[in-house]
Amino acid sequence: MVDLALPRGAVAGQQLPILPLTASKLSFATSTGTWVGPIDLTIDQAGVTVVLGPNGAGKSVLLRLLHGLLEPTTGEVTWNGRAMDREIRLRQAMVFQSPVVLRRSVAANLRYALRIRGYRGAALRERVDAWLSHADLVPQGRRPATVLSGGEKQRLAIARALCGGPDVLFLDEPAANLDGASVIAIEKLLQTARDAGTKLVLVTHDLNQARRLADDVVFMVAGQARERAPASRFFDQPQSPEAQAFIDGRIVL
Amino acid sequence: MQDFGDAFGLAFDLILQGDPDLAEIVGLSLRVTLIAVAASCAIGFPLGAATAIMRFPGRQGVVIAMNALMGLPPVVVGLLVYMLLSNAGPLGVLQLLYTPTAMIIAQCVLVIPIVAALTRQTIEDLAAEYDEQLRSLGVGSAGQAATLLWDARFSLLTTALAGFGRAIAEVGAVITVGGNIDHVTRVMTTAIAVETSKGNLGLALALGIILILMAMIVNGLVMTLRTQWMSRAYG
Amino acid sequence: MIKPIFRAAIGVAFMAGVLITGSTGAAERFVIVQSTTSTQNAGLFDHLLPLFEKATGIEVRVVAVGTGQALKNARNGDGDVVLVHARTAEDSFVAEGWGIARHDVMSNDFVVVGPADDPAGVSGMRDSVAALKKIAAVRAVFLSRGDESGTHSKERALWVQAGVDVDAVSGTWYRETGAGMGATLNTATGMGAYTLTDRGTWISFNNKGGQTVLVEGDKRLFNPYGVILVNPVRHPRVRAEDGQAFIDWLLGPDGQRAIADYRVDGQQLFFPVRRPSGPNS
Repeated sequence: MVDLALPRGAVAGQQLPILPLTASKLSFATSTGTWVGPIDLTIDQAGVTVVLGPNGAGKSVLLRLLHGLLEPTTGEVTWNGRAMDREIRLRQAMVFQSPVVLRRSVAANLRYALRIRGYRGAALRERVDAWLSHADLVPQGRRPATVLSGGEKQRLAIARALCGGPDVLFLDEPAANLDGASVIAIEKLLQTARDAGTKLVLVTHDLNQARRLADDVVFMVAGQARERAPASRFFDQPQSPEAQAFIDGRIVL
Repeated sequence: MQDFGDAFGLAFDLILQGDPDLAEIVGLSLRVTLIAVAASCAIGFPLGAATAIMRFPGRQGVVIAMNALMGLPPVVVGLLVYMLLSNAGPLGVLQLLYTPTAMIIAQCVLVIPIVAALTRQTIEDLAAEYDEQLRSLGVGSAGQAATLLWDARFSLLTTALAGFGRAIAEVGAVITVGGNIDHVTRVMTTAIAVETSKGNLGLALALGIILILMAMIVNGLVMTLRTQWMSRAYG
Repeated sequence: MIKPIFRAAIGVAFMAGVLITGSTGAAERFVIVQSTTSTQNAGLFDHLLPLFEKATGIEVRVVAVGTGQALKNARNGDGDVVLVHARTAEDSFVAEGWGIARHDVMSNDFVVVGPADDPAGVSGMRDSVAALKKIAAVRAVFLSRGDESGTHSKERALWVQAGVDVDAVSGTWYRETGAGMGATLNTATGMGAYTLTDRGTWISFNNKGGQTVLVEGDKRLFNPYGVILVNPVRHPRVRAEDGQAFIDWLLGPDGQRAIADYRVDGQQLFFPVRRPSGPNS
C-alpha cells in the first residue's frame, strides 16, 4: 500500500520541518472593531489541535491568519522560525465550511491540486486513484464535481487538500450542516491523515466532535485564546469559567 | 405588409438557388466576424479576468472605461481605424486598408470592450466564491485567472455570442475601412446598404432576413453545443 | 490548468495564420479607384471592369463614396485613380499637386425629379434655374445631398444663379441629407420631395415610387466626368503604372465604346467624350 498522507519530504528527510507554527502578539482588527487578539500561540506536531469555542469567538479568523489568507494587523506568524514563503504555502492546505469544487470532474479536481505541487505522470495518477479510494469517491471519479452531494463535495475537498501530502491541514467547521453519515465519513478521512503524520488544526463549535477528535484544545472566547490544554485535561478540568460554562452546555457570550 | 411577404419569398428563392454572389457575401461576413470574435475573446477574456482579480490604483476608472467603450459608435471606430491604416496614416505601410483584415481589426475594436467588460463581471462574481480556496491551494494570479476563465466557460460562451451579435450586424466600421468593394470587402451589411442606395428595397430586405437567419443559425449551433458540452462537463 | 491555455494559444496562432495568409486581398495585381456612388449604382462598373480585367489582367477595385470623400481619400493616398464629376474640385485637386492631370472621360446630364402632382408647377421646364426659383417660391420640399459631391456642387451653383440663399432656410423646405444619391432618392420618394439627380442613377434606381423627371434639357445641367491619376510623387505607394493603364483604356477606343454600349432598360446612361468609330456607333 502506498504511503500517501505523508508530508512531502518526510521520507527523504531533505526538507526542514515547518512546525512548530508560532503566532506572537497576533491580532486582527477592522474598522468595525477587533476580531481577534492579541494572541500568542504555538502549535507543534503532536496530533489534532481543535480550536473550540462559541460562534463569533473569532476561530475562523484565527485559522485564516495562521494559514496566511489574512494579513494580521499586529504581530506575526512564523513557521519553525521562517516567514511564509512559496514552499510553506504548498506544504499546508485548508478545507472550508462550504466546499469549493472546481467545475470539472472529481478526479480532475485532485489532479489540479497535484499539478500545482509538481506531480506528473504515473506519480500523479497513483495519488489520484488512492485518494479517490480513501475518500470513497471512486465511482464518482469521472463525474462533474458540481453534481455531488454536500457531504461528497466536502470529502472531495478534503481529499484534494490531502492528496499533495501537506504537513499541516487547517479545517474550518468541515462537517457543519452535514448529515451523520457524512460526518462519520469525514472524521474517518481525518483519522487516516492524522495517523499518517499530518498535523490537523480543526475549528469547530461542536463540543462532541471536539471530544471525538481532539488531542489538544485551544479554547477561544471573544477573540482571545482563553485556555490551552491537552484534551483530557481540558474536558475534565477546564480552568476558566467560560470553558466550564461551554462544556456544561450553557451559552457563552 | 406586402413588402415583407415579398421579401421573405425573395430571401427563400435566393437561398434555394444557391446564388454564388450571395454565397460569397455570406462566406466573407462569417469569416470576418468569426475571426474578429475569436481574436477579441483571446484578448478580452484575459483582460477582463485580470481586471476582475487584480487590485490597482485607478481600477475603478478602468472598469468604467471598459463598460463605456461597449457603446463605441461603429462609424467613429471606422474613421479612427481608417486614419490609422490610410496611406497618410502611421500604419499605411502595412497596406491593410480596403482588405478583409482591416474589417477584422475594426470589428475587434468594437467587440473587445464588450467581451472584456462582460468577462470582468462574470469573473468578479466567481472570484468572490473561489478566492480563498485558490489562494489556499497556492495558485498565483495568472493561474487564478486561467482557472476562473475555465470554470466560467459556459457564461463566457454567451459573452462571445454577444460579441458576435454586435460584429455581424454593424456596417459603419466595415464600410469605411473595407470600402465595400465588390467581391473583395462586401459583406451582408454593406451589401444591404448598396442595394438600399440603388432603391432595391425588396432585395435589401431579403438580404436582411438572410442575415438574421445566419445569426440565428450561429446562435442555435453554439447553444446546442453548449448544452451538450455542459452535460458532459469533464473539464 | 495548462491544457486550456495551450488550446487557446494554438487557436490564436491558427487564427493569426488565417488572418495573414488567407485573402488579405493583397496578393493579386490591382488598382484602387475612388469614385462616386452614381457611377457605382448605375451599374457602369459592373459592365466596364470585367472588360478591362480581361484585356489587361489588372483587377479594378472601386471604392464608391461621394465625390468629396473620394477626393479626400485620394489626397491621403488611398486610391490610385479618381473618377468623379465635380470640375472645380477636380481642378483644385490637380492644381494642389495631388493628381497628375484631369481628363474628360464621359458625361451625362442632371435632371430634377419630384412628385407627380408637382406642387411647384415645374414639369416640362427646360430652364433649371427658373424651376428652382419656383420651387423656392412655394417652399416645396427640396432635398439636397449636402455632401460636397459632384451633384451637390452642381445643385449649389444653380441655387446661387437662382439667387436663393439655401443655407438660411436649411432645415425648413430645403433639407440636406448628407447622404449618397441613392439614399437621397429613397428619402425623396418617401417624402415626395424634389431633388437634383444625375440621369444615370435615376434610370437605374428601383424605388422611384410616385416620382418622375420634371425638369431636363438645360445646358447648365451638363454633367461631365473626369478621371485623374493620383500623383505618385506625393504618395510613392500609388500604383501609377497600372493606374495609368486603366485611364488609357478608359479614354481609348475600347473603353469609350464600352461606356457607350452600356444600357439600362434600353437607355444609354453615359456618353463617352470620344465618338466611337466602327460598326457599333
